[in-house]
Amino acid sequence: METLRKHCTLLSLFAVLYLAFLYVPVLLLPLFSFNDNIYVTLPLKGFTLKWYENLLANSSLQAAIWASIKVGVGVASISTVLGLMAARAMTRYRLPFRRSIYALIMLPLVIPYMVIGVSSLVILRRALDVDLSLWTVGLSHVLITVPLSMLVLMARMEGFDRSLEEASRDLGDSAWTSFRRVTLPLVMPGIVSSLLLCFITSFDEYLLAFFLAGSETTLPIFIFGSLRFPAKIPDVLALGSLILMVSIVLVVFAEWLRRRGVAGSDSSVI
Amino acid sequence: MTQPANSRPMISLQSVSKRFGNFAAVDSATFDIAPGEFFSLLGPSGCGKTTLLRMIGGFERQSEGDILIDGEPMGIRPPNQRPTNMVFQSYAIFPHLDIAENIAYGLVNRGFDKATISKKVAQALEMVRLGGLGNRRTNQISGGQRQRVALARAIVCEPKVLLLDEPLGALDKKLREEMQIELRQLQKSLGITFIFVTHDQEEALSLSDRIAVMARGQVLQIDTATALYERPNCREVAGFIGNMNFFEGRISSVANGVAAIEIGPGQHVRVAASGSSAPGQVAILAIRPEKIDAAATMPQGNGSISANVIKARALAGSYLGDRSLILAEWREGTAPVSVSLQNRKAQIGAETFAAEAPIWLTWPVEAGVLLNN
Repeated sequence: METLRKHCTLLSLFAVLYLAFLYVPVLLLPLFSFNDNIYVTLPLKGFTLKWYENLLANSSLQAAIWASIKVGVGVASISTVLGLMAARAMTRYRLPFRRSIYALIMLPLVIPYMVIGVSSLVILRRALDVDLSLWTVGLSHVLITVPLSMLVLMARMEGFDRSLEEASRDLGDSAWTSFRRVTLPLVMPGIVSSLLLCFITSFDEYLLAFFLAGSETTLPIFIFGSLRFPAKIPDVLALGSLILMVSIVLVVFAEWLRRRGVAGSDSSVI
Repeated sequence: MTQPANSRPMISLQSVSKRFGNFAAVDSATFDIAPGEFFSLLGPSGCGKTTLLRMIGGFERQSEGDILIDGEPMGIRPPNQRPTNMVFQSYAIFPHLDIAENIAYGLVNRGFDKATISKKVAQALEMVRLGGLGNRRTNQISGGQRQRVALARAIVCEPKVLLLDEPLGALDKKLREEMQIELRQLQKSLGITFIFVTHDQEEALSLSDRIAVMARGQVLQIDTATALYERPNCREVAGFIGNMNFFEGRISSVANGVAAIEIGPGQHVRVAASGSSAPGQVAILAIRPEKIDAAATMPQGNGSISANVIKARALAGSYLGDRSLILAEWREGTAPVSVSLQNRKAQIGAETFAAEAPIWLTWPVEAGVLLNN
């Protein structure tokens, strides 16, 4: 009894420390973003919004944000469509070489980004002579996010009874109508997850963007650039706080959407 | 084809096979199903009955042969272009739609207007006694109700043939029996051809006009319930439907349509001969437990040609209320013979036959069935 209780207290302590380790740095970010001091040190000086005002005035920052959003949205859409097709093929057909194909699609997850970045650079510049731009960044991001999307969507596709799709064919749907009326609504939560996951992955990816952006600047590249100037660090803190807030809103929205999808009726299908 | 049009079979299977490499899931099935028939495919799991049903519905492509529905060859037509509808084993109720939307699903594809659809849906709900539940979510109804939704959803499309893949498998015993009666009534009133897959022989016997017994991809016998039970055509069917005792031996003589089989040294049993019976053939006599009578003393008229008599040794008896089951061994090393006695009189029962006591088994010649394998 005594040892059990000791065990529990130790475990609780571990849990608290672990959570603190995870989230305290994240919580410090907004705190220091309102602090009237160039240096990120305690004690706090005074409350200020001037770092946020700096952000509004900084047009190269806004260009970088806009570039990252464009790439992220494009990558999320393309990867999710590709991931959906791959997941369907993997779960619904008897493919020859299924396992090898699966392994090949998943491979980018375990190849260091450094390797992908360098080899992409060589191929794009030397072999194909393509100019580096946001397009090439997006291309490399699609490469690394398709496996994520496929994983999420395969889990979803395997999660529902195959005879649902057969039933819709039986009730007169063509292959495409069946996909639209049954498969799509049922995998929708997976699609939303995939879109978010791919967007976030692309949005904060630095290494590939650094290799392949050419003269363009995405948000992570901009932030790393700013860190070289101590005076700009509070700006970065303010920016980080904003991104944190948007992320929370996005995740809450996605969760709300998912729950609604599970509980609510979708009469648009008829 | 000299048959008149109205006796054309609804389903005609012509050497339909499904092969996976060397393995034949369904091996050259050839038979017809009449319009309005309640037809069952019965067999143990893995016998190919579901594969055959799925080929008729268009969910599996046959490796050989063709399936004609109402005279039309189906070839490789997808399910949406066949005049069939299926009730799936898992019911396959769409979880993102409510009950009424589920039932309306197929009607939408047939281009009915909204008013017609809602009228037909309401009728279908009434028919399966789910009136007023149209707006329920699919997770708010019971297993039996889900089964009825699946049924209504298929029937509302007015198929020529309704395919049912073990639709009662997931229900408890009482609900199952209720649904069996409802299914049968529904089929009678609609006149639709039903093809019903089941591994439950009682279910098949009580529901069907005809039953195809399958094993290892082969169709062994197609007959009415009575014929399957009374005149099985092979040992496998005989053993699968109900209980059966087998006596193996060689035909020693055939006379007046009766074959005598030597089942042991000097021990003969007689059974109605088949056309091809000839002395020397290996043969099996099959006899149902309830067709054997048992007595503790040697019966009168022993040796008359109208009855078989075998002396055996009682092994065990169990009293089951309405009847008693007795196991008796007539020769060491053979499977015990089971005898089922109706307990009409108070004194007849398991306790009448003490273990190890001699017991005389008798049955009329016409009660047995001669099998070749």
